[in-house]
Amino acid sequence: MAVKKFVVGSFDDEAVLFPAVKKVRTAGYKIHDVYTPFPIHGLDHAMGLRETSLHTAGFIYGITGTTTALSFMSWVFTTDWPMNIGGKPHFPLPAFIPITFELTVLFAAVGMVLTFCYLCQLAPFVKKHIFHPRQTDDLMIMAIEVTEKTNAEEVKAFLASVGAKEINEQVAETGWWFGRYDKEDTFYNKAVTA
Amino acid sequence: MHLKYESTLREPLVDGVKDYHQVTEDIIAPIEAKPGKLWYVGFAISIVLLLFGVFSVTWEVYYGTGVWNLNKTIGWGWDITNFVWWVGIGHAGTLISAILMLFRQGWRTGVNRAAEAMTIFAVMCAGQFPIFHMGRVWMAFFVLPYPNTRGPLWVNFNSPLLWDVFAISTYFTVSLLFWYSGLIPDFATVRDRAKTKLRKLLYGVASFGWTGSTKHWQRHEALSLVLAGLSTPLVLSVHTIVSFDFATSVIPGWHTTIFPPYFVAGAIFSGFAMVQTLLIICRKIMGLEDYITMGHIEAMNKVIVLTGSIVGVAYLTELFMAWYGGNPYEFDTFYKFRAAGPLGWSYWIMMSCNVISPQVFWFRKMRRNIAVTFVMSIIVNIGMWFERFVIICTSLYRDYLPSSWSYYRPSWPELGFYIGTFGLFFTCFFLFSKYFPVIAVAEIKSILKVSGESYKNKMVALEESSIEKFEHDAHHH
Repeated sequence: MAVKKFVVGSFDDEAVLFPAVKKVRTAGYKIHDVYTPFPIHGLDHAMGLRETSLHTAGFIYGITGTTTALSFMSWVFTTDWPMNIGGKPHFPLPAFIPITFELTVLFAAVGMVLTFCYLCQLAPFVKKHIFHPRQTDDLMIMAIEVTEKTNAEEVKAFLASVGAKEINEQVAETGWWFGRYDKEDTFYNKAVTA
Repeated sequence: MHLKYESTLREPLVDGVKDYHQVTEDIIAPIEAKPGKLWYVGFAISIVLLLFGVFSVTWEVYYGTGVWNLNKTIGWGWDITNFVWWVGIGHAGTLISAILMLFRQGWRTGVNRAAEAMTIFAVMCAGQFPIFHMGRVWMAFFVLPYPNTRGPLWVNFNSPLLWDVFAISTYFTVSLLFWYSGLIPDFATVRDRAKTKLRKLLYGVASFGWTGSTKHWQRHEALSLVLAGLSTPLVLSVHTIVSFDFATSVIPGWHTTIFPPYFVAGAIFSGFAMVQTLLIICRKIMGLEDYITMGHIEAMNKVIVLTGSIVGVAYLTELFMAWYGGNPYEFDTFYKFRAAGPLGWSYWIMMSCNVISPQVFWFRKMRRNIAVTFVMSIIVNIGMWFERFVIICTSLYRDYLPSSWSYYRPSWPELGFYIGTFGLFFTCFFLFSKYFPVIAVAEIKSILKVSGESYKNKMVALEESSIEKFEHDAHHH
């Protein structure tokens, strides 16, 4: 995506983080993201993120599975090769229920996980910038984007006033790239767009 | 949805004084340390068992299923017994991770990761039996409905055996996805604190580039919830379909409508017993007593006594129906060939292990006793193995033609196959316990400040304050 400049503040308590998010937003700064070691309920709303539509996608995948199973089995047993199996009807709907159900679940689950990975851009060998090594351990890390209009020093002072512990400035690639976590990567061919 | 406050009357789910960092330390440390001597010994034994299993199966594939002691009368023996037994064991993992998640049971967070791992390994073991039972195992793919040059001749969608193919493979896939999506954030935790290059590389690959972004967590939560919602009917359907393998037949002893609920209850019963066996050892060796507490063990023992009693009621219902139904074949199967007869001993092992002995768990003292729990978990697993043996073999060994009545005991390749799946299961479990976070780190952190012991203690002062102040504090902090 792009290399940008950020002011990064760390928080060690959710009780401090929530009002801080609110204050940073009302002050008009642009929160790039908040990285947390575990899901903090309500933080998405506090940051003004919209609800995810992943459930809807799951539902669509599910009914795709239902239709696939039902139409395929019906086609096989009534059109492609109608076989007499113990004198049973060619369209035994009750006997189709188990496989239809299993395929509904399979399609929904596989589809949702793939969609989840796509939306969050997760895959093996994908690497992303880590603002603080303890953001997956015990700290909540808030990254505020520094644009042409923002004064980095001012943001730092503001973060300190709302309770951030460690505060620093970082230049980071916002997207993902193929890479290994045991090696440092440098983006010498990209200029900072700030 | 999420509690801000939980009564101090409820037992804490995480003992001791912990902060988030301490939780990471406690659970990730065993991954970073060299495993102890016991681990190597256990792992080596598992590998030996696995190799013996591979040898037995190779023998069977080379000489054909004739090396098994199956005969014209007893077409299903140890193989299908073991298949149903292993699938059943798997069900507790899904119950803990999915059903208890929907019911918002906080205690699942301590045990779900290991239980889900157990599910996956158990289903892997289970799958081997029907596959190798096919005999010409290189044609196992014939069970899949793929366009072929034989017509195409499709599979029989009316057959419960085919439903099983779909049920077991879906169950395995969905359990694996559920488990792995939960593991991604925890792998990222291991990655970000890794000191060695190799660990950074491997956990970096395994964590898929997870950062812990709020948006990603929001989607992760949505995904977990829907997967739980899908897994719940799935786990019920899987054992229902397994029971259909029997129930849709016309064999006396199999042809009953209570099989689906009875099988599902039995599956959860045996699965929880296996979770107890594994976790009692794990928590001790890996020092995780603060996370898998007495409260967790007691909760699982309650599930065991409940499901064990449901199974007991099913056994009695079967006996009642065999008499009340007035079918002489049904009557003979239950009263002459199951409860009595040459294989009658297996029926009474089943009864005493599954119905009588778990009743000790009505006593709180017994539920909270590690030694009793461990011994009981083994007894229940033996009992549940015999339940499947009783259902399969005692219904088959006396068929309609007395001239073909026979007895059944396994041959060494059958025994070796079963032992080999233990090898497979424990090899996987040993690797899991060394290289994977055995407790869901992120999930423990999300309940820590509500259900952690040290945080609960701080609530005592709050609870002792006046109602008005309590309400004010509970809502506004």
